Amino acid sequence: MNDPVDVLIIGAGASGAAVAWSLAETKMHILCLEQGGWMNPATYPSTGRDWEARAFGDFSPSPNIRARPEDYPINDDNSPIKVVNFNAVGGGTVMYTAHFPRLHPSDFRVRSLDGVAEDWPVDYDTLAPFFEENDRMMGVSGLAGDPGVPPRSPPMPPLPLGRSGTMLAKAMNRLGWHWWPSDTTVATVDYEGRARCINLGHCTPACAQGAKASTDITYWPVARRVGVELRTHCRVREITTNEHGMAAGVVYYDADGIEQFQAAEVVVLACNGVGTPRLLLNSASGRFPSGLANSSGLVGRNLMFHPYAQVYGYVDEATDSNRAPPTCLWSKEFYETDPSRGFVRGYTFQFGRGVGPVAEAAASEAKGLLPWGAGHHAAFRRLNGHRLGLSAICEDLPEEHNRVTLDPVLKDSNGIPAPRIDYRIGQNTARMMEHGIARAKEILAAANATDICVNSPILYGGWHLLGTARMGTDPARSVVNEWGRSHDVKNLFIVDGSLFVTSGGVNPTSTIQALALYIADQMKERLTNLFD
Amino acid sequence: MTTDTPLTPAQRDNLRTVAGMIIPASVEFDVPGADDPAIQADMLATLGRDAGLVREALDQLARLAGAPLADLDPARREAVATELRAKGGAAVAALTRVVLQCYYRDDRVVRSLGLEPRPPYPKGYVLEDGDWSLLDPVRARPPMWRRA
Repeated sequence: MNDPVDVLIIGAGASGAAVAWSLAETKMHILCLEQGGWMNPATYPSTGRDWEARAFGDFSPSPNIRARPEDYPINDDNSPIKVVNFNAVGGGTVMYTAHFPRLHPSDFRVRSLDGVAEDWPVDYDTLAPFFEENDRMMGVSGLAGDPGVPPRSPPMPPLPLGRSGTMLAKAMNRLGWHWWPSDTTVATVDYEGRARCINLGHCTPACAQGAKASTDITYWPVARRVGVELRTHCRVREITTNEHGMAAGVVYYDADGIEQFQAAEVVVLACNGVGTPRLLLNSASGRFPSGLANSSGLVGRNLMFHPYAQVYGYVDEATDSNRAPPTCLWSKEFYETDPSRGFVRGYTFQFGRGVGPVAEAAASEAKGLLPWGAGHHAAFRRLNGHRLGLSAICEDLPEEHNRVTLDPVLKDSNGIPAPRIDYRIGQNTARMMEHGIARAKEILAAANATDICVNSPILYGGWHLLGTARMGTDPARSVVNEWGRSHDVKNLFIVDGSLFVTSGGVNPTSTIQALALYIADQMKERLTNLFD
Repeated sequence: MTTDTPLTPAQRDNLRTVAGMIIPASVEFDVPGADDPAIQADMLATLGRDAGLVREALDQLARLAGAPLADLDPARREAVATELRAKGGAAVAALTRVVLQCYYRDDRVVRSLGLEPRPPYPKGYVLEDGDWSLLDPVRARPPMWRRA
């Protein structure tokens, strides 16, 4: 029998770690259950000669391909974008590209400004101090003064432009379009015990140097030092409730597969936009027949991904290729709404530096650029190390038919029903992607790139899992209130990307963590009447 | 079938032959083909989770060829390889990727590309800082983000 805890956090990724750290100062007994384990950087792909091959195997971004014991399967057959994630202490921050933009102020007011979707119940200014706090904790590199975003002060200098960034910057200047060095959580100087980046170039599938911020090396060491308990290889099956309709605790399987019960006064969900609705739906009971916290019927609905329209080409000069962090610049030229474009809302351009030889060979062979036979070598030498590319990260608007449900057949290794994804790209987003592709081709033309290739959407591009338990003031139109507490279950909180009312057009981790810190702060302020 | 020998002798023969057709040796670039014994040994040793799909692709290849691929005359062999590539699918994609990923990590091949045959860590690479004056016209722009 496990001793009851004050706060039980489910998930040790981006948001769970931030909440754990923030709540630790209350001296409450805080426990986090994580289905994955601690990662060992000595085994990360960039330490071996098979560093590229492992992206197709045990370091694939897709849990269905990766299929580690810590992963759960996802039926995403009915989606043109496949879910990618990582299950470990650090969660998705172990396997992300460390691009760290924030949502814009306008993203919180989409109904008021653009007449679509709904406004958020919080605004940018409310989150601003939490963005700053999170930038400090994660360690953000960037350059102040960007006219494309509200003022901010990254604690470390930006990544170098490099050859690729320079070529892209010149192209953008020729077109007169905005660009700026990206905010990133790759440390450019030694920072809080983390060594600076040495350009391993393989940031996404985990950083062996420890220069990339993942919460296993940022928030968690601090949170554990001040008393937060983290229990790994524990997979939660369901949240149970008591006779008052309050969360009583969770049933989980421990590292040995033994069923356990953990009682808690407060339960905090930090399982991402797929894992959280899955768990709520798996927690259906007689009192909550359609799933826990689901009186609105919105649990699992309004799934947003950010469809990526990727465009790349080849230049005569050598690029940075794989020998640098993969992202370098962003552009906000097409971020804010301009009705003349034929769609509302907008997108960020995220510029890349290139890829390694195996990735180049595999992609170019599939695109028909790389022949079999005698012409192979000459063609490969023209392509390899010469790729220049960018992606439009397009805002996905919430649509209720895009959703996470429970698969009637598929189960994980503990026999827990797996999530099923039903998703299609909306018309507004599709028009936005076409616009992004056309502009990207202009940029690549300005960089004198040829052999232009398009991946739209990026198939394994479902990095951003948003909107499936959104926040709001109306219990009929949202799952949690404006500070993350379930409308239905007064001691149940959600802090991950499920909360997003709309997606914006940026990588969401910064905003997810700022929201988590904000909710933790609200909980601390209301400790005496948290359940009123 | 054991994990040490995930392919039958006939499948290994066809893998070697088709790999050499995908990437033949080149005197001009001073590189071996993907049918080189060391590269073949790497493929067989590291097939791992790709073994099933690669076997499937090699079975497709065997059906198309109707005989060991190496025994066909060059024109027929070329036609079989072209048909296999045109059919595509997950199995053929996996077979092709296995050939490419083992070929492009071979020391001789990596050196021929002007790269160092080593993992990225711990040495890393040097990244040019670039010309930050390129930002001057962007710095001069007024704020673009909407106040809400």
